[in-house]
Amino acid sequence: MPEVTLIEALRQAMDEELERDDRVFITGEDVGQRGGVFRATVGLFEKYGAERVIDSPLAELSIVAVGIGAALAGMRPICEIQFADYIFPAFNQIVNEAALVYYRTNGEYNVPMVIRAPYGGGIGGGLYHSQSVEAFFAHAPGLKIVIPSNPYDAKGLLKAAVRDPNPVMVFEPKKGYRLIRGEVPDHEYTVPIGLSEVTRKGDDLTVYAYGMMHYYTLQAAEMVAQQDGIQCEVVDIRTLVPLDKETVLNSFKKTGKALIVYEDNRFLGYGAELAAILSDEAFEYMDGPIRRLAGPDVPGVPFAHTMQDFFMPSPEKIAHAIRELAAY
Amino acid sequence: MVTNLETSQQIDDAGIDLETKTLLEMYWQMVRARRLDERTWVLHRQGKIAFHISGIGHEGVQVGAAMALRRGYDYAHLYYRDLAFALVLGYTPREWMLSVFGKEGEPTSGARQMPSHWSNKKQGIMPASSPVATQVPQAAGMALASKLRGEDRVTLVSLGEGSTSEGDFYEGLNWAGVHKLPMICLVENNIYAISVPMHLQMAVPNVADRAPMFGIEGVVVDGNDVLASYRAIKEALERARSGGGPTLVEAKTYRPVPHSSDDDDRTYRSRDEVEEWKKRDAIKRFETYLLDKGILSGDMIEEIEGRVRLEVDEAQAAAEAAPYPPAENALFPVYAPADEA
Repeated sequence: MPEVTLIEALRQAMDEELERDDRVFITGEDVGQRGGVFRATVGLFEKYGAERVIDSPLAELSIVAVGIGAALAGMRPICEIQFADYIFPAFNQIVNEAALVYYRTNGEYNVPMVIRAPYGGGIGGGLYHSQSVEAFFAHAPGLKIVIPSNPYDAKGLLKAAVRDPNPVMVFEPKKGYRLIRGEVPDHEYTVPIGLSEVTRKGDDLTVYAYGMMHYYTLQAAEMVAQQDGIQCEVVDIRTLVPLDKETVLNSFKKTGKALIVYEDNRFLGYGAELAAILSDEAFEYMDGPIRRLAGPDVPGVPFAHTMQDFFMPSPEKIAHAIRELAAY
Repeated sequence: MVTNLETSQQIDDAGIDLETKTLLEMYWQMVRARRLDERTWVLHRQGKIAFHISGIGHEGVQVGAAMALRRGYDYAHLYYRDLAFALVLGYTPREWMLSVFGKEGEPTSGARQMPSHWSNKKQGIMPASSPVATQVPQAAGMALASKLRGEDRVTLVSLGEGSTSEGDFYEGLNWAGVHKLPMICLVENNIYAISVPMHLQMAVPNVADRAPMFGIEGVVVDGNDVLASYRAIKEALERARSGGGPTLVEAKTYRPVPHSSDDDDRTYRSRDEVEEWKKRDAIKRFETYLLDKGILSGDMIEEIEGRVRLEVDEAQAAAEAAPYPPAENALFPVYAPADEA
């Protein structure tokens, strides 16, 4: 199997879906001739033309709204928001429109669309190129939310998202776009939306993470295994909504301890809901406090690298949190 | 007193070549929508229903526009005042009554939404929400889909003049202009956004004056003239179908009733103004026109009114007799299953 970067896996997914289904089209800022500012759509404009890889006006609200309209009219749009930080002009269209259509029409209309957005910090992006926005959208029933942590899942989940009859948001860890490499098979495959995955077996405690934090968590798990003999189980959430509660709960029932890692602000972040579910539905298995390692509750990820690094969870910080919890 | 509109008492039928049958259908549709709407106000005042948002006064532009569409083929993304519009496209008085009573079997949302949130796939009616103007950029997406597929289907999206202050309106028409989309944006300008008059909504005298900023055609029409409205939409449809791009059609009209059953319009406008506008009522004008032309007679009016009353009575009775939806229906449907992909 060839090894590719995470962003190349995403590009392949879009290429294959454009090839497979002529209802699929891409729109967003700079997605055409430029191939996207991160180069996620590079080559697709040349291959499929300006009618299927459409450079949008610089207006996020309508990138999403045009996608919703096209989806209602039978198309399968992939809408790119250049940075997750800029998705908020489209917030109303996503949470009041796309998310609600199926419910509010009693199932007559559905909105089969994909919204892709690079998210996350650690790239020197400052307050407005570093945000993690998943919690805002995870709160809105009707949306599906996936966050891949490796090229195999990135390709498989994005392809599944294109084929899903619901609005699916794909948040992509942009720090990992070229950093994270992995094998992707030559043959056709998808990764089902709605399944988390145990990516490392262990008995001492469970670490839950997604996206870039999952990548760091695997590194941290190796560090504590070698240095401290602690065997972590690691669960890659992958699909935030709908949550695979079975996989999440089963691991906790085995280890009795949970560390939840996310790079969003700690307060009311996605990990807060995971903690609530574990304490509610697996209370009798609990063998220690349910811990969260997350960004501090400040308005954003600062630009200067000293402050940025202070904000961001890292393999070392995760390893430290694992040791503390293991010792509890 | 807000008097920025100069509409005559006449009907402008220049270039209109419609069969008598069609003209009578237009009249019947207008009367039917009006009587259904009036009955709904009564039901609210009787305490039988919780809410009504009215389309009274807008029947001329709505029936004219809807009759111009290729019904069931063109997409219509409507807003909450479009009762007459929806009725022309195939929505029924019975369905309306189920909606205002919030009863089981209500077809657009299963009684999940308040009334006047139109949706019907077979009739080409796109699913409406409550936030205003969100439908405009969505309509651009629908029109884009038609263009990508090479169809001659047109998307008509409607909204009020107040809603044109939303960013969605600008972004949607910008897309439509950039991509020359087969789309009609119909603004039913009744001069008030609830209580806020037009001059506090925009600094231009006409909504359609904004068309050049999108590089598209802008048209102003007397919305209380059903035939002028029909002609304006017909021309815009022809432009869109032949690749000429979108049109912003502004229909000047008036809402002689409060914004909704929760509004009291005496707090923001004079009775004189309302009475003045009632003289230009779309139904009265069209009725006079048809009588003058010998197309309509007093007996025919009586027959039509009787038929409409019967339909409204039956619709109301059916809705009153219908059960409420089971409470557990609140739990679904949240996600579409895979086979609908």
